[in-house]
Amino acid sequence: MADVNRGDRPLSPHLQIYRPQLTSITSILTRITGNALLLGALLIVWWFLAASTSAEYFAIADGVLTSWFGKLVMLGSLWALWYHFLAGLRHLYWDTGRGFDLPTAEKLGWGVVIGSVVLTVLTVIVI
Amino acid sequence: MAFLTDRKRATGLGSAKQGTEHFWNMTVSSVGLAILVPLFVFTFGPMLGAPHDEVVAYFARPFPAIVAALTIWVGFMHFKNGVQVLIEDYVSGLARKVLIVAMICLSYAAAATGLFAIARLAL
Repeated sequence: MADVNRGDRPLSPHLQIYRPQLTSITSILTRITGNALLLGALLIVWWFLAASTSAEYFAIADGVLTSWFGKLVMLGSLWALWYHFLAGLRHLYWDTGRGFDLPTAEKLGWGVVIGSVVLTVLTVIVI
Repeated sequence: MAFLTDRKRATGLGSAKQGTEHFWNMTVSSVGLAILVPLFVFTFGPMLGAPHDEVVAYFARPFPAIVAALTIWVGFMHFKNGVQVLIEDYVSGLARKVLIVAMICLSYAAAATGLFAIARLAL
């Protein structure tokens, strides 16, 4: 057969080959935050289920979510949520074909990073 | 396999299958979540750590209940499609299929549990 190298072809260069850049780091963080939000989301669904079941069950779930560990997860999820939110808006902007030149892409990257921290702090102050 | 031509073996292995529909689903759900997420953060947030009777009364109101239900549903459907891309990038073979199926089941189960809980709180 022509394809003697089947299943054993060289791979294209991957992450470890390239120098990290703001654009690549923010892209990777978008993926990590989006998928890590599963943990916070499942905890919140559990919190709703407990609230709808009984006052005793609610006390357990609410206690877990407001313990130091729960607060850490919720704070982390809040930042991940705002980060993914801003990165998603950046994607929607890019999807229109705009903002691909490097200066704009760098600005958008910093906007996502700084904006996510600012929004997280603001949310903690408001709530 | 030895009797198949190269073209026949390659047909259907490309990336373009449900890609456009997947992309469009992600676009639509992300726009929906861009609206829902701020509303959810500032309605659910103050209720975290609040007394039980206050939480029950709050989510009996239409706006917080509808926002929470929509956020959970659209959020988990967005996760279902997003995590599929993650799995497709890093896992291959049978494990890929098993993981994708498991994540789809988990997404629907979590979304349904959330909707059930909010319906019971609201009604």
